[in-house]
Amino acid sequence: MKIHEYQGKEILRKFNVAIPQGGVAFSSDEAVAAAKRLGGNVWVVKAQIHAGGRGKGGGVKVAKSIEEVRSLAAQFLGMRLVTHQTGPEGRIVKRLLVEQGINIAKEMYVGVTLDRTTAMNVVMVSTEGGVEIEKVAAESPEKIVKAHVAPSVGLQRFQARSLVFSLGLTGEAFKNGVKFLLALYKAYESTDASLAEINPLVVTKEGNVLALDAKINFDDNALYRHPEFAELRDLNEEEPLEIEASKSNLSYIKLDGNVGCMVNGAGLAMATMDIIKLAGGEPANFLDVGGGANAQTVESGFKIILADKNVKAILINIFGGIVRCDRVATGVVEAAKKVEVKIPIVIRLAGTNADLAAEILKNSGMSFLVAGNLKDAAEKVTNALAA
Amino acid sequence: MSILVNKRTRLVVQGITGGEGTFHTSQMLVYGTNVVAGMTPGKGGTKYRGNDKDQFNRAIPVFNSVADAVKAEGADTSVIFVPAAFAADAIMEAAEAGISLVVCITEGIPTKDMIHVFDYVKEKGTRLIGPNCPGIITPGECKIGIMPGFIHKQGRVGLVSRSGTLTYEAVWQLTERGIGQSTCIGIGGDPIIGTQFIDAIQLFNADENTDAIVMIGEIGGNSEEVAAEYIKKHVKKPVVGFIAGRTAPPGRRMGHAGAIISGGKGTAAEKMDAMRDAGIYVCESPAIIGETMKLALSRKYKGKRFAAVAKKTTEKSAAKKKINPKKKKISKRK
Repeated sequence: MKIHEYQGKEILRKFNVAIPQGGVAFSSDEAVAAAKRLGGNVWVVKAQIHAGGRGKGGGVKVAKSIEEVRSLAAQFLGMRLVTHQTGPEGRIVKRLLVEQGINIAKEMYVGVTLDRTTAMNVVMVSTEGGVEIEKVAAESPEKIVKAHVAPSVGLQRFQARSLVFSLGLTGEAFKNGVKFLLALYKAYESTDASLAEINPLVVTKEGNVLALDAKINFDDNALYRHPEFAELRDLNEEEPLEIEASKSNLSYIKLDGNVGCMVNGAGLAMATMDIIKLAGGEPANFLDVGGGANAQTVESGFKIILADKNVKAILINIFGGIVRCDRVATGVVEAAKKVEVKIPIVIRLAGTNADLAAEILKNSGMSFLVAGNLKDAAEKVTNALAA
Repeated sequence: MSILVNKRTRLVVQGITGGEGTFHTSQMLVYGTNVVAGMTPGKGGTKYRGNDKDQFNRAIPVFNSVADAVKAEGADTSVIFVPAAFAADAIMEAAEAGISLVVCITEGIPTKDMIHVFDYVKEKGTRLIGPNCPGIITPGECKIGIMPGFIHKQGRVGLVSRSGTLTYEAVWQLTERGIGQSTCIGIGGDPIIGTQFIDAIQLFNADENTDAIVMIGEIGGNSEEVAAEYIKKHVKKPVVGFIAGRTAPPGRRMGHAGAIISGGKGTAAEKMDAMRDAGIYVCESPAIIGETMKLALSRKYKGKRFAAVAKKTTEKSAAKKKINPKKKKISKRK
């Protein structure tokens, strides 16, 4: 689960991770009020969307007067912000973060995440802050210093010290840096985060070490342990069809193609998307109906796929193991009749009772294109698109 | 005839009296798996015959702890059907009790729990398969997990995969062509799993009853690349591979918790390149896994690695399409 920068910072504050003073705003008036409350004479107005690259996209600007805070807020709210992570359609800005201006002496990077290879958490720092860390990793990997965290003991002080030394910090900044890393790790670990990324991490001219930005993602599987995070979910940042699908317990991801697909199992769903591409189409979605492919789930699946007007054909691919194909077939027929699907449906059912299923589809009086195997299914998709 | 499990395996089912545990135990018993015990805390000392919906073909003694099941019935392998919130505890209990192979079917275990579990089982010397996996089967001898038994056929091809139904698809393609399997392992779709591709490949490589290997990966992580590196150096048996998710967009989790391209890493293209480089027969389409294995096993290509075969097939298909084979090869390599 992704959350906004201001929400991430609020959580970090609770774990004594140093962050700039700031306030969230949903309107220009609120932005002005926040700036007045913060005081000083320089503020930063930051658009809040679930994507990186906001600065480059024009969603982060400095204001030198209250009037400027007001005009920037008015300009940002409702704006379509496009960054390298949002795709060309961008995101509409609905929330702002107004922060005090900071005297930045140095910009750096710190991130905590899971290293899958070792099954350990890893803390990474780099002197190259404020730029895309993926770029640093690709071009100059030696500039990223890592420390793996032993699961039984957690991040140790000596590890934090050695990471901060590698950033070249001394004196007050060094002490604050060590404190910062230990607190950040504690926050990451305690919240079941899957990512805690601070980019940039800044040292101020006064020697303070602060999180100028904060990207916190949570492990979806652990959300049951943190019911308080539920209210942090921002539905505006999610695809409406995906929200709809999750209500029916369907795992759905919208894509830009022209062939919809409905599959049981995530691996087979990805493989089916690949088949569509090889057949000359483009997958319109990922959709895993899970273990219970019945009339109800198939009906919700059809509705969600058909809500996407780019879809020209549907490929249903079910491997019946525990699920019986004849039941799936009955479900598909019932659902297709109810939803009145007008585009070609290619169906491939394999496994338990596949023969019975084929009979049911044949006798349904509907014009399903029944495929015997995956190859056949691909060819039928190609033909359906050509027709 | 197999790796890790066979007809001598003595299985204890953790969570045997739950809905999932009951259903799949009944299926495993029908298949002939040597289920010797069940474990549900508080129900120790009873015998369990299933419920109204799913009846067992024989009664299974239930114990309060895995340790009791090991002591009384000599269980050496366990399968876990307990909910995600309790699964980490269940795995560690099995490891502590001296179980040598733990198969965890449960999906949705928090990563933080798995970090500790991984560390713990390594310390105990227990092998873990999964979590979030279909399990392991040695056809005709022992089925541990949730896969449909009937799609398998006894034979000499080992199969390892990160997926569930895609594994069944590949197995079915083999069985339909008369190609039997020595053992099939679903290693699971989570970011942290106990048995990686490389571990399974090592076992298959050392197994004298496995002649060839199918490896089915997907986007995310780099365990396919690590295995490919090993195969390049150490494996002489033909390996057929497929990677699911070449059309998956970056940054989106494709169902499995581990199936995500992050920071531009873990793409299908990278993995397929690494596998080709290792001499693996890489299938462009999931529809041709079976026929590619048939080709790899055929007398014509016996003992030859992918490079030789690829060259031939490229030339053949190029001739068909009247394309200069040299030109095509270059464009393929980018």
